Amino acid sequence: METVVVKRRTLLSTAAALPLAGLACRRSRRFPFGGELLGPSLDLGHLVRDGALPEPDHFQPIGVLIAGGGIAGLSAAWHFEGAGFRDYLLLEMESEVGGTSRSGQNGVSAYPLAAHYVPAPTKEIGPLVKLLDECGVIEGYDATGEPIFGEQDVVRSPDERIFFHGQWWEGLYLHAGESPEDVRQYQAFFREIDRWVAWKDSKERKAFALPRSKGSDAPEVRALDALSFKAWLDARGFTSERLLWLLDYAVRDDFGSRLDTTSAWAGLFYFAARKQGPGEESRPLLTWPEGNGFLVHHLLKCCRERVRTGHAVTRIEPRADGTVLVTAWNTRENRAVGFLAQRVIFAGPVQMAGRVIPALREARGKAFFEAFPATPWLVANLTLRNRPKEHGFPLAWDNVIRHSAGLGYVVATHQSLRDHGPTVWTYYHALAGPDPKADWLKLAAMDWRACAALVVEDLRKAHPDIEAHIARLDVMRWGHAMIRPRPGLLFSPELELARQPFRNVHFAHSDLSGFALFEEAQDHGIRAAEEVMAFRG
Amino acid sequence: MDDSESAAPQGSTEGTPLNASLLFISVFLIAACGLIYELVAGTLASYLLGDSVLQFSTVIGVYLSAMGLGSYLSKFIHRGLAQRFVDLELAVALVGGFSAPILFQAFAHTHAFRPTLYTLVMAVGTLVGLEIPILMRILRHQVKFKDLVAQVLTLDYIGALAASLLFPLLLMPKLGLVRTSLLFGLLNAAVGLWSTFLLKSQLGPLRMTRLRCVVVIAMLGLGLAGAHRFTLAMEEEIFSDEIVYAKDSPYQRIVMTRGRGSFQLFLNGNLQFSSADEYRYHEALVHPTFAVKPGAKRILVCGGGDGLAVREILKHSGVERVVLVDLDPAMTQMATQMPMMRDLNQGALLDPRVKVVNADAMIWIAEDRSEAPFDIAIVDFPDPNAYALGKLYTTRFYKLLKRRLTPDAVVSVQSTSPLMARKSFWCINTTLEAAGFQTRPYHLAVPSFAVWGFVLASPRPFDVPRKTLPDLRHLSDESMTAMFAFPKDMDRVPAEVNRLDNQVLVHLYTSEWKRWS
Repeated sequence: METVVVKRRTLLSTAAALPLAGLACRRSRRFPFGGELLGPSLDLGHLVRDGALPEPDHFQPIGVLIAGGGIAGLSAAWHFEGAGFRDYLLLEMESEVGGTSRSGQNGVSAYPLAAHYVPAPTKEIGPLVKLLDECGVIEGYDATGEPIFGEQDVVRSPDERIFFHGQWWEGLYLHAGESPEDVRQYQAFFREIDRWVAWKDSKERKAFALPRSKGSDAPEVRALDALSFKAWLDARGFTSERLLWLLDYAVRDDFGSRLDTTSAWAGLFYFAARKQGPGEESRPLLTWPEGNGFLVHHLLKCCRERVRTGHAVTRIEPRADGTVLVTAWNTRENRAVGFLAQRVIFAGPVQMAGRVIPALREARGKAFFEAFPATPWLVANLTLRNRPKEHGFPLAWDNVIRHSAGLGYVVATHQSLRDHGPTVWTYYHALAGPDPKADWLKLAAMDWRACAALVVEDLRKAHPDIEAHIARLDVMRWGHAMIRPRPGLLFSPELELARQPFRNVHFAHSDLSGFALFEEAQDHGIRAAEEVMAFRG
Repeated sequence: MDDSESAAPQGSTEGTPLNASLLFISVFLIAACGLIYELVAGTLASYLLGDSVLQFSTVIGVYLSAMGLGSYLSKFIHRGLAQRFVDLELAVALVGGFSAPILFQAFAHTHAFRPTLYTLVMAVGTLVGLEIPILMRILRHQVKFKDLVAQVLTLDYIGALAASLLFPLLLMPKLGLVRTSLLFGLLNAAVGLWSTFLLKSQLGPLRMTRLRCVVVIAMLGLGLAGAHRFTLAMEEEIFSDEIVYAKDSPYQRIVMTRGRGSFQLFLNGNLQFSSADEYRYHEALVHPTFAVKPGAKRILVCGGGDGLAVREILKHSGVERVVLVDLDPAMTQMATQMPMMRDLNQGALLDPRVKVVNADAMIWIAEDRSEAPFDIAIVDFPDPNAYALGKLYTTRFYKLLKRRLTPDAVVSVQSTSPLMARKSFWCINTTLEAAGFQTRPYHLAVPSFAVWGFVLASPRPFDVPRKTLPDLRHLSDESMTAMFAFPKDMDRVPAEVNRLDNQVLVHLYTSEWKRWS
């Protein structure tokens, strides 16, 4: 009997390792709880692609049109508002703004739908400090001008734990049972990181800064982008299984890629950009029950009057006179609306720009857009009636299962200090396989039950009685969750070109940095807003 | 009595030989069971009431006299001896078997422990007294009277010897009182069931009789299976005294033990108070705040669900309102309903001036909008041995608390032992300072714990208090001042500030106390 159980477990964990094996469970599983399958509007995507939409009756003149209400688009709007510029409109195809920083809310807690923290910025990251100050997260500034963050907004200790060998352990890296060689390699890796933290180029720029536009583009830094993180680690003799697991987890978590599909530059950036100086701890993380939805709410408050949700931009046509015709589909009223804009900020993924701007598609060619692969993600929010059983180190904010293809779960009630009773867990799974497009097709084909099975089977490794505690399980499928910083992308001519305005259409999106971080999206939003305002004087 | 009387014809016993030697085994077993119930009752009474000589003497006296009564009553049983014997076994099994759990419940939940004790001892004694006479009458046709008396009484005494040795050496240490009593009830019921086979020829419809046996066995078996909820064998090894109450609430395991004339409350295995010296702790926790702010009207108590701090607070006649915020409803219910708790806290939580709120104190002080600012806050949480408790000792907690206070309010914070966990103690003091409080740390000896420490704090500067109420058991004007002087081995050490995002205190506390356990 025991062996049968073990075999079933092994089978399931192997199955979970193939990200989509949830399909296999589909027929047999019946869950004692319900939930919703959320995701991008697939129909809408098809409408856009087929181009079979009616033309609008008229085109409303507008100064600037922002297409896309993710962090980049909202940041552009926030920057306009800050500068007193109001002649713009922001169109968002979903019913709510925020993109991957959106959040949900139920009777138990608010919770993120994807992005859920930002590293506490130093004074160098001015715009983020300004935003956080507006949000009331900053209590003051110290003598050197560094912001002091409210204790309640910094991740509460304990922040991380890992499930390994039948119990939970403190931290993400398991120190218990490491060999002297593991210790040596672990220290050597972080010495290498510290070396890069201390490194400055001839213009006094750091190798890795946040946002990346402030970092160095010196040849020795660019050279790191030419090889994969794996190749970089191999070349330096890093073989410790524990260390490699930690690094692989880090890139899966932040970039949706694996060691061999991540640029070595990105791998080092992850660790080095979060440290202020060599030998220092990584910056503390700021988080809220609703994740980065907290920041979205503030950004939206600043520009709400000029935001139109349920407006999917379907076509952008730069005209010879410099104006830009924008067609959008009002998904609530099912009708086409038109705008005649002086300037457009396209704040969506690069691939989507190719779909809605026919002239751009022609000018750049098909291969250009294929340089921007994005990882699909499955994010599930589990509303729990009570806390399940577990062994070892107590519940942390971020809870990672060592032998899992998933990324673990984050506890939404951690910051609200609710340590007992009902809670919401946000479970993350990046589909980090070699072929993102194929992964997405499979994920899009999974129904709710298949997704729920994938999540529950994974969590059951650490919490055997999890199912009995779930009140509901809502699944969000993200097709374009984050761009993948594959080797060669970050200093590629394609990426450089993608940032350039195209006939009065300006671009703002984290895609343009090559990886999806809040600071990057904000940086591009502000840059695009600056470009437009410079033109308008 | 002579041999001729035993020859009188009697019902169905005629003609069917019984297996006498097997029935003698029953004698051995029921004798052992009978003595165990007596020992259980005697031990339990000495544990709960103290004065073991008195308790054992009265229990044995009542028990033996009840046995005499049972033996006398046996003469009124005329017919169906075998059937009566089986019924008797089942009755002993139920009353004797459940005696320990019933007594514990009576102690924890009623004022009628003694009447329950003696009624049960009486009942078990009477039933046990009936057993041997009836069994002897069943056997009188099989065995010569002189052999019968010799064998039955020999086995009766040997059974008693076996029980009296097993009880202190094996049963009490390994099983505890509740499970021992249930186990021997089970044995009695098993003897009943076995007798339906041995005495088959003398019994009426067997099926009903056996069904009854099975039902009784099942009841006792369920009791035994559920007994672990009441007391865990493991726990009994941890606690030096008998567990009289145990409950798993959604938040913690509440255990009450009783022994040597006092009782103790444990939360998750950590001692919260002993009734012997809790007055020292609670007087020191409460009265210094009033000495700094005489005439305080509105008092907040965070934690302290046992109601003992509130008892001290209500000694100050100017108090108009006390709000007690304790996480666990099981704890505050126990404080208001359990007689021995209510006696100890003098019904403090039932006072009309007191409002009990069951909530996480940190969330309550952050979110509540119904209460006006408080003049005094008594912060009495369990020691910071887990993150969920450590948050209640952070700058965030103290800052939130400050918002709920009047500008010159006074706070006292239980702050673990400055001797056993010196850094932890000073970490709490430093954290209060970092949250904008002026502090005056102090300490006293609470023998059940150790030297214990508190921090008196206020948003405004204040002097060491010098006056307190007359008629307290420990505190006087002189001892009040003395508490604020720290000897060298407990004096201030530098400490980090405990914040939500570092929770240094939990780490400090666990490492410091590890040295003493």
